[in-house]
Amino acid sequence: MELTGAEIVCESLLKEGADVIFGLPGGAVLPLYGALANYPKIRHILVRHEQAAAMAADGYARATGKAGVCVATSGPGATNLVTGIAAAQMDSVPMVAITGQVPRPYIGTDAFQETDVTGVTLPITKHNILVMKVEDVAQAIHDAFYIANSGRPGPVLVDIPRDVLLGAKTEFIWPETHKLPGYRIPGPADETEVIAAAALINQSQRPLIMAGHGMLISHAYSLMTEMAEKAQIPVITTLLGISSIASDHELNLGMSGMHGMAYANLAIDEADLIIGLGMRFDDRVTGRISAFAPNAKFVHVDIDASEIDKNVQTDIGVCGDLKSVMEQLLPKVEPNVHIDWLRHIQELKDQHPSHIVRQSEELLPQYVLQRLTEVTQGHGIVVTGVGQHQMWAAQHCLFREPNTFITSGGLGTMGFEVPAALGAQVGRPDTTVWSVCGDGGFQMTMCDIATAVESGADVKFAILNNKNLGMVHQLQDVFFEKDYMASEFSANPDFVKIAEAYGIRGIRVTKQEEVVDAVQQAMETAGPVIVDFMVKEDEIVFPFIPSGQSVNEMLEEPAHNGTS
Amino acid sequence: MAQINEIEQHTLIALVEDKPGVLNRVASMFRRRGFNIISLAVGNSEQAGLSRMTFVVNGDYRTVSQVAKQLDKLIDVLEVADISEARIVARELAMIKVSTTPMTRGEIIQIVNLFRANIIDVGGDSMIIEITGEGDKIDALYDLLSPFGITEMSRSGIVAMERGKSNGLTDGHKNNNVHSNGTGSS
Ligand SMILES: Cc1ncc(C[n+]2csc(CCOP(=O)(O)OP(=O)(O)O)c2C)c(N)n1
Repeated sequence: MELTGAEIVCESLLKEGADVIFGLPGGAVLPLYGALANYPKIRHILVRHEQAAAMAADGYARATGKAGVCVATSGPGATNLVTGIAAAQMDSVPMVAITGQVPRPYIGTDAFQETDVTGVTLPITKHNILVMKVEDVAQAIHDAFYIANSGRPGPVLVDIPRDVLLGAKTEFIWPETHKLPGYRIPGPADETEVIAAAALINQSQRPLIMAGHGMLISHAYSLMTEMAEKAQIPVITTLLGISSIASDHELNLGMSGMHGMAYANLAIDEADLIIGLGMRFDDRVTGRISAFAPNAKFVHVDIDASEIDKNVQTDIGVCGDLKSVMEQLLPKVEPNVHIDWLRHIQELKDQHPSHIVRQSEELLPQYVLQRLTEVTQGHGIVVTGVGQHQMWAAQHCLFREPNTFITSGGLGTMGFEVPAALGAQVGRPDTTVWSVCGDGGFQMTMCDIATAVESGADVKFAILNNKNLGMVHQLQDVFFEKDYMASEFSANPDFVKIAEAYGIRGIRVTKQEEVVDAVQQAMETAGPVIVDFMVKEDEIVFPFIPSGQSVNEMLEEPAHNGTS
Repeated sequence: MAQINEIEQHTLIALVEDKPGVLNRVASMFRRRGFNIISLAVGNSEQAGLSRMTFVVNGDYRTVSQVAKQLDKLIDVLEVADISEARIVARELAMIKVSTTPMTRGEIIQIVNLFRANIIDVGGDSMIIEITGEGDKIDALYDLLSPFGITEMSRSGIVAMERGKSNGLTDGHKNNNVHSNGTGSS
């Protein structure tokens, strides 16, 4: 079969099972669009801004476990992808970004719309490839998917010059193998390390599991729950580990860290063993590292050897695929009851009930989420933006099934809520996707509501509208003497009218008693819906461990700090 | 760990694919993570298509093992080993151009002979001296030549190798290899 470079890209995408791609065309990548017209099996979703293409690919990937694909033209198209690629890199999300490049003879001449995209994305991709020969296109796409999906997943960018896409017809040979001699994928761990880890677990009196994104990526959650139950070990989830254990499981202590549950943070402070599983002891989790889990030893399991001993010095580091390691570990962990430890944790929970929403006359954002999650009963997917609403969603939404909470953790990317939700909905069309939005973040990417409408992505947008950049406002409230410089909006648009302008339903909610009805109506309406919840404007996210501090400096909601 | 922590300078060697952009990836990783390279030398290895890099880096054991792991994570890097504690030979080449006068020439030649260095070019009022050795030896020669007026110096960066019979990097360093595992190479 003799094909052009662009046709080879399409054939290769089909070989890789990429049936949905998100993109926006331009001159350098146009030959690819010319070929796509003849490949109806590849569904192209046209975005309004390339940032949305990358973030939709991200949401799609997180929801399905398959690499998400985004396409952009050279120069500004490619640079518009950058934020989305960086977010995928930070959160270990498999993504393949395909960019057009200026024709080979123009490379290095500052030609029109020339950007050194492999240079720009070098530190924010797992790998990137500039394809300089049409014969190399298939191998590049094949390698890109392999690298993106395997080991610790991540984004891979493939930059293809326009003349390579147009290239003279070349024999299409699908490479069955990869020539990547420097790339190894850890499998099961060294048995001696697992034995040592099990010994520490079996000896410990006050153990805690901390489960991260790796738990979901490697599908190790059932084994983890089994281990937790067998040895009665409480489980804390990082922001990205949420949904790796059912919210109502009696051993689930929820999220810890900066805005984590007070009792989870206090338990960490007293634990004698932290078992970090597929997580990376990020600063939002640890606070001041020297004061983190001061009484604990550390077992750390991760597929990325460079994460072990990076942030905390571990006692036993185990490098391997988490699911394989859990299979090795589970039989070696002895049954236990940890009666005193569990009783003590229950006391901490009773004294510091951070999960309880206080009574109020006003429409509290936490209250909205609590009602919403009651209506959905924890089914479906929740996607968030970044800020207060994200933390409240992490604290108050219920999750029953694994991998149903999608949020930009590592990069903390505002605007993620709109495109990532649409990508998740495209990937899991039978699932209800609720996008919990900030009014700030929503306005960063709301142009892509059009994309949701056009592609039939049935996303329900819940804007927690506090008329400000809430998280920034909160920091100013606490640390900058309430000097609200540049964090209040005086001219937010009418989001109900925005909905109507896009031809979809908009609902405004101003009172508590309207919440459940609005959520139900949104779910009963076919197609995207925007619900504008006019919430209390100056609410603070508690608990709150200020950046770089420890659990000793934790601020709790006045009613929750042990006296109630 | 205590005595390991005291090691300040580490010598790492890496086997990398000989492809465009690899040096950029390596350098970018060092810069981004704030690691300090004291010396870097790159050249062909004994295997076609692979280059060998020798790094000298500063840091305690934990920092340097982070460097090694981050290096190893790069797709184009095949193998990394910290050979600081192995029996190694390390050499660097330097060329030093020093000013000369009829009065000083004899004394300079004496110093050069003492160091078993070579004079590789003689001009009317300068000469170029080539020296190979460990960094200390080059520094000592530099200090002795300084009073005569050094007008140029170029150093190659250190290259290092473990003593004894090992078969290149791939099988020679099982013990100080940073991979703790790695099933199924692709
Ligand atoms: C792209 C981007 N710009 C700036 C920030 C810094 N930031 C973090 S939270 C936040 C406020 C978010 O406001 P909003 O989306 O309304 O959510 P809220 O905190 O009010 O729930 C800002 C500006 C960010 N995380 N991402």
